[in-house]
Amino acid sequence: MVTRASAPHASDGGPDLVLLSSTARRLREDIIAMTTRAGSGHPSSSMSAIDILVALYKGGILNLDPSHPSAPDRDRFILSKGHAAPALYAVLAEHGVISHESLDTLRVIGSPLEGHPNMRRLAGVEASTGSLGQGLSIGLGHAFAGHLDGHGYRTYVMCGDGEMQEGQVWEAIMSAAHFNADNLTLIVDHNGAQQSNLLPRVIDYRPLAAKLRAFEWHVEEIDGHDMPAILKAFDSVRAVKGRPQAIVAHTVKGKGVSFVEADWAYHGKPLTASEQVRAFAELRGEPAPH
Amino acid sequence: MSTSTTPFVVSLGAATRDAFGIALRDLGHSEPRIVVVDGDVANSTRTEWFGQVFPDRFFNVGIAESNMVGVAAGLAASGKIPVVSSFAAFLLCNAYDQLRMSVAFPHLNVKVVGTHAGISIGEDGPSQMAIEDFALACSLPGFTVIVPADEAHAHAAVRAMIAHEGPVYLRLGRPKAPRVHEAGSTLEIGKAYQLRDGSDLTIVACGLMTAAALEAHDALAAKGIHARVLDFPTIRPLDVEALVRASRDTGHILVAEEHLAHGGLGSVVAMAVGSHHPCKLGYVNLGNRFAESGTPEALMETYGLTAPHVVEAAVKLVAK
Repeated sequence: MVTRASAPHASDGGPDLVLLSSTARRLREDIIAMTTRAGSGHPSSSMSAIDILVALYKGGILNLDPSHPSAPDRDRFILSKGHAAPALYAVLAEHGVISHESLDTLRVIGSPLEGHPNMRRLAGVEASTGSLGQGLSIGLGHAFAGHLDGHGYRTYVMCGDGEMQEGQVWEAIMSAAHFNADNLTLIVDHNGAQQSNLLPRVIDYRPLAAKLRAFEWHVEEIDGHDMPAILKAFDSVRAVKGRPQAIVAHTVKGKGVSFVEADWAYHGKPLTASEQVRAFAELRGEPAPH
Repeated sequence: MSTSTTPFVVSLGAATRDAFGIALRDLGHSEPRIVVVDGDVANSTRTEWFGQVFPDRFFNVGIAESNMVGVAAGLAASGKIPVVSSFAAFLLCNAYDQLRMSVAFPHLNVKVVGTHAGISIGEDGPSQMAIEDFALACSLPGFTVIVPADEAHAHAAVRAMIAHEGPVYLRLGRPKAPRVHEAGSTLEIGKAYQLRDGSDLTIVACGLMTAAALEAHDALAAKGIHARVLDFPTIRPLDVEALVRASRDTGHILVAEEHLAHGGLGSVVAMAVGSHHPCKLGYVNLGNRFAESGTPEALMETYGLTAPHVVEAAVKLVAK
């Protein structure tokens, strides 16, 4: 058995919420810094997801020994919304699976930190994603294998809310429910914005939770930036038997930096060097530089 | 290399899909990592025979090819040897992005088995006929592409496919296939099989067209034209050495396949021959068109894929 990755604990024995929140703030800086340095990438799509990833990897949810990221009985996390790769790389570095220095090489030729995750090149990446819609099916395959092998591992898949417009996701939702895949959890980063516009103006399929429930999934609906709520939702889904589970996490694209939050057109657009300075000041609660 | 000199007599063996179904079921006992992912056509693809013996290792995910391929990718990433099977037309054309991104790009050990390929499926018509599957499969980097000609080689192909580490596309047909290899033959990935020798031209064929090539060989011999016949059960990797020898020894190569002109065996042979030892080339294929409904025999006749068509093309080629 792989030992459960140690979670930061407060004196009461639970995860240290203050530490988790400060970690998420730091990783927001990593996301901004690496995409600004690269001159491209999707920082805002990464910032909406990062609190959930920090809870998963550093809140004691994901059973992943950073020194054995391919252990057969590890929990799996698949980032189906592959454009949020900077968030995945930041949390893999924080967890010690990859080096923090490697974040400087995002999108540089020769680096395994490609624009979208490449499982062949980077430890800790469970699926090569970037063509939206494919991760949940892959996760279901892992769930089937875990069941066949008698492993108790869980598979978590994060999709974007725009990605939920892909038909394949619903094929996977249908079949996961049919097979009672209770070792599979879908997390939807429901940030309400996609490439060309706000989600309601593109294809408004809301409400999402009701649709997932209609497919016989167990659904938790939370604020995806509320650390205690995220941890509680993960605890809840782990207790569900006989059904796959979804966490519909309402998030804000670009969360933590007001001028990115205010403009969905930051999709796929890095901050400039001066915007990075402003963003860091805001994240750190320091006065805005002139 | 065995080369027969006796006349070819058509003797129908099992369909390649039937041989696949039996071989897969049998291998399931010795290779516990094999699992099957089906798109609700297991009674047609014959994976139901595996499913009847190993129900826990058989997943029918319904009529959802994209999901089917993704599930197979996940199973492979967790150490299984998934065999994902459907009609070749639906598997390759419907789930191509999943084959590309979820399987080929991470080079996962998924076995993609497309049945009912070619126009010889007959009456169900063009919607069910994969005629572009070689081009699609060969456009997936890292894929091995296997096309057994008959029952014996279909058995051997399944064993070779499972033993091979990496993604494989296996093309199978619906109708009974004439026997061209001896029962119990092996199939080595990347190797061409010489079935007849000759000095005037070489007929390079795969699938059902190999039997047509053998029939054509005898008809050509009666005209004084001596054809070498090479069966190419592997389109990728291609046996370039056998092609270079054929080019050098016979000066003419005719490629016969049940596929569109574009991107099939003819294309890859032409590129290899052109690069290594150019010679005169001819082609027998579907051209650039869809077929229609009809009996398999009527379709092969109407769309130019019979032994007389091979003979006609061979005569023209050697006259060049």
